[in-house]
Amino acid sequence: MIVLEKRPQPSRFWSYATPVAAVLATMVFGGLLFAALGKNPAVAIGTIFWDPLFGEFAFYYRPQILVKGAPLVLIAIGLSLGFRAGIWNIGAEGQYIMGAIAGAGVGLAFYPLEAWYIFPLMVLGGALGGWAWAMIPAVLKVRFGTNEILVSLMLVYVAEQLLASMSLGLMRNPEGHGFPGSRNLQQYESAHNGELIAGSGMHWGVAAAFIAVIFAYVLLNRHMLGFHIRLTGEAPRAARFAGVRPSRLILFCLGVSGALAGLAGLFEVAGPAGQITIDFNIGYGFTAIIVAFLGRLHPVGILLAGGLMALTYIGGEIAQGNLGLPAAAIQVFQGMLLFFLLALDILTNYRIRPRKSEVA
Amino acid sequence: MSIPLLSLQGLTKAYPGVVANDGVSLDIGEGEVHALLGENGAGKSTLVKMIYGLVKPDSGHMSLRGKPFAPSEPRAARADGIAMVFQHFSLFNALNVAENIALGMERPPAMRDLAARIREVSETYGLPLDPYRTVGDLSAGERQRVEIIRCLLQDPKLLIMDEPTSVLTPQEVEILFQTLQKLRAEGTSILYISHKLEEIRTLCDSATILRLGRNVGTCVPAQTTAREMAELMVGSALHTPERAGRDFGDMALDISGLSAPAPSAFGTALKNVHLAVRKGEVLGIGGVAGNGQDELLSVLSGEMPSAADAVRLAGRPIGRLGPVARRRLGLLTAPEERLGHAAAPDMSLTENALLTGSVRQGLETNGFLNWGKAEAFARRIIESFDVRTPGPDSAARSLSGGNLQKFVIGREVLQEPEVLVVNQPTWGVDASAAAAIRQAILDLAAGGCAVVCISQDLDELMEISDSFAALNEGRLSAPRETAGLSVEEIGLMMGGAHGMEVAHV
Amino acid sequence: MDLSAINPVLLIASLMVAATPLLLAGIGELVVEKSGVLNLGVEGMMITGAISGFAIAVETGSPWLGFLAAAAGGALLSLLFVLLTQVALANQVASGLALTLFGLGLSALMGQGYVGIKPPQIGRLDIPVLSDMPVIGPILFGHDPILYLGIAIVAGVWALLKYTRAGLILRAVGESHDAAHALGYKVVRIRTLSILFGGACAGLGGAYISLVRVPQWTEGMTAGVGWIALALVVFASWKPWRVMLGAYLFGGITVLQLNLQAAGVAIPVEYLAMSPYLITILVLVILSKDKSSAPASLGRIFHASR
Repeated sequence: MIVLEKRPQPSRFWSYATPVAAVLATMVFGGLLFAALGKNPAVAIGTIFWDPLFGEFAFYYRPQILVKGAPLVLIAIGLSLGFRAGIWNIGAEGQYIMGAIAGAGVGLAFYPLEAWYIFPLMVLGGALGGWAWAMIPAVLKVRFGTNEILVSLMLVYVAEQLLASMSLGLMRNPEGHGFPGSRNLQQYESAHNGELIAGSGMHWGVAAAFIAVIFAYVLLNRHMLGFHIRLTGEAPRAARFAGVRPSRLILFCLGVSGALAGLAGLFEVAGPAGQITIDFNIGYGFTAIIVAFLGRLHPVGILLAGGLMALTYIGGEIAQGNLGLPAAAIQVFQGMLLFFLLALDILTNYRIRPRKSEVA
Repeated sequence: MSIPLLSLQGLTKAYPGVVANDGVSLDIGEGEVHALLGENGAGKSTLVKMIYGLVKPDSGHMSLRGKPFAPSEPRAARADGIAMVFQHFSLFNALNVAENIALGMERPPAMRDLAARIREVSETYGLPLDPYRTVGDLSAGERQRVEIIRCLLQDPKLLIMDEPTSVLTPQEVEILFQTLQKLRAEGTSILYISHKLEEIRTLCDSATILRLGRNVGTCVPAQTTAREMAELMVGSALHTPERAGRDFGDMALDISGLSAPAPSAFGTALKNVHLAVRKGEVLGIGGVAGNGQDELLSVLSGEMPSAADAVRLAGRPIGRLGPVARRRLGLLTAPEERLGHAAAPDMSLTENALLTGSVRQGLETNGFLNWGKAEAFARRIIESFDVRTPGPDSAARSLSGGNLQKFVIGREVLQEPEVLVVNQPTWGVDASAAAAIRQAILDLAAGGCAVVCISQDLDELMEISDSFAALNEGRLSAPRETAGLSVEEIGLMMGGAHGMEVAHV
Repeated sequence: MDLSAINPVLLIASLMVAATPLLLAGIGELVVEKSGVLNLGVEGMMITGAISGFAIAVETGSPWLGFLAAAAGGALLSLLFVLLTQVALANQVASGLALTLFGLGLSALMGQGYVGIKPPQIGRLDIPVLSDMPVIGPILFGHDPILYLGIAIVAGVWALLKYTRAGLILRAVGESHDAAHALGYKVVRIRTLSILFGGACAGLGGAYISLVRVPQWTEGMTAGVGWIALALVVFASWKPWRVMLGAYLFGGITVLQLNLQAAGVAIPVEYLAMSPYLITILVLVILSKDKSSAPASLGRIFHASR
């Protein structure tokens, strides 16, 4: 038998080591899963983690890591602020959709006018769209004490229906021969979120993600508000004693995470995706939850975790093409990562030691 | 002497970094009331947990009526006739009395029969109780009755009581002692844990004294002076805090007609509270736990807003101000619960220094933090108050109770408050730390600070306060000068027997 | 638009069918929460149950074995939650989310070969005379046995919590795990059993969607029912019969909006489809004021220290 013994204080070593250990454990068990699916585990793991970075077509895949990683990091940074304070926004997927709808709506409203101010207005629209959608659970929680987890999640399904309605109705491309989906913003110069440096994958969303990381880092480590966020998560009563107003914190955390998710949606719809379609959202809002935890809710950690998760997305696609690995296997792989991370996290706060023999 | 009921031989239990019990031996005879005496942290709780099967000893053995006794779990201990009344009640607020009692029994009868039994036993022992009331609505004294009756229904041979009087008024203590004496007369043995010497002298037949996990002596309390027992317990003569003369200045804190609703389902509402403290005065507020102490502190700290002019600081209405604004004006507070309220357990001492020190110590500019200054402030607290810790980077939870309490009180004292409000400043703290904290409070008052000290330790309040008031069901009695107050009067201020039906033994 | 096409008797009968997945998942989660654990992984356990049940039913040809497998599948996934929260003492909210994300992926993987297949049908209860009675027949006596099983579980849970010692202990553990531990009750063991029960119920609920209600397999087919079940427990103030009432209410809304869609009401389909989610939010808002009946230890981590 083993016993758990609480450490006098959290272990610094394990707080850095658990994410690495979780990734390794996931590789081992993921490999077993791939083997069970009849694939060579070493080849599959190599395809996912090595090929996008150093394989033959790495020149094509490397920029893709930025493209996939940016929305993940952007959303996860926002989520991490709330998660640290014990405010659980798990409806980022919905805020992402609403940001895209609002931002694209702004752009489409100007069509076909070409002007420098259109894109900035779209960015504003995207942030506001996501913010407003996140304000619903925030205000309901502050005003009525409603559980933000359930409300934000329910709003994902509502947003998905709105997205369908938009791409079939209001926003449908009048020149689209009746096909669902909006005009393609990639073909609308003033609204297009193109690459800043050709072939680099770098677009405004990537820049925004880096800015968000720096902003969050300064906030959490150098600013009173960030201290209050951390304090609220660690000890809510102590936070109130310190003078934190919980309702303000709820509005701030949900608002920021909503706005960042909305921005991610806007940059995606105006850039890589190009248009509003029924299946515009592909689960970034949920994967970002894994990214936030994998990064230990730390801005720099999230940056790394976002890159890693983008890698599994791209590597997964390659494995899908080359090895016939099902797309769902990658989803399982990502879920597994979160499991191992949560399970191993115990080592940060507890010591595991064998139980001494009992004395009669 | 015949075979003792329970005999402990060389019990040892070590936790990482601390030996809680080191070769403790003691014998409890049939029908004996045996006191277990010791300071906080002396190892009393660990010892009784071993008897009750909650903790297994590393070495040593126990025997019950001469037979080896090694309970693997509380259930086994209960089956052998051991019953325990906990210091922190092991009760379920949302369940009713009968359900709570059923949970503590091996084979409870049907609910209706059990309710009848509860009525019967509670009447017999002079502790009347309604089996269908929800436990969360009971007073502290009544809740203790639930625990005692839960034990009595099992016909225990040994009843363990952990600090039973800390939640009672003097009048309620009287009722409890009558019950215990009746039990002794019926042949039940009692292991009575306390650090209150006078109580032990009136009630107990023999006493075992623990210090730092070791058995340092046994005595017959009736033949030993309180002073001798205290010296055995503490290991050295204690110095009592000294105070300078009492010259009171202007009105510092003034509360009038303060009412506040209960913050939670089982909380207490404050009803029309009046109090006034002048500069240099120490006002002691007594009362049984759960009569509005936490609520009064929240109203003063600013966590719970009230009508603006219900609370005045040097004449200025501050009832609607939050904690930060009040700190800026010089009203500082230290809540009872150290971990989770006064301090964040997983955060470092530097971060915890920042928690209340940011405004008065200038640890932030425009919201941006100055970590260097915060750490210097933490160091200053650690040095001035002799906080034993590796350094300001240590997490608050790694400190012992006494050291953390010194840190928490020191943090407020060093900010030079105009008014300081403390709740249970020495609760669960060893004697030397307690003395240091009391001295710091008195020094502060000597320097012209007004102090409100909320405490359940009447001895402490008598020692340091100039005037005394008591909380009872959210009402505060009119303050009286401490000098010359009798125990009887204090008890009545605390609510007497709380209207509980008195024993007809 | 032709509202007269909506037959009230069929509407009630089909709302009972639509409510059953919610009912099963909700009553399971109620037991879990009563023991003081918040498992947000209901959606993941349901979808895992849906595919486990579907696959086994198709492979063996027996819907019964399918339901059995669904319960086992849901319980097995909840075992992961047990490992995370009861053994590794991980945060329950994060662990529940992990369970859902993992369950959605796992079910998609398992369900690859089962898209577009029709599962074997479970027989309906067919009692001569009773089932043929007008109105009452189809509503009360014309369903499949699992629907009745759901109601029986609600009754069983109600009786367990109200009348038995096991139920009392379960409530006590949820109320204060420290006090229960001090009295010598095995907090972790009791919670583990509750979580497994909740997982099995959610699995059954999921299989009811894939085997009876739809019946076929599509990825992500539970579409938030698990989350609505969580809201249902709050709505029900942790009372078993109110879970049933709530489930029927939501079942009614779902069926009604489907009927309205079919009847071609002038509201766009998407807006009708989002109505159950909006109504869930509305109900949460109305009922959130009173949390007094929530188990006091809900969501708190238990570690038996000294």
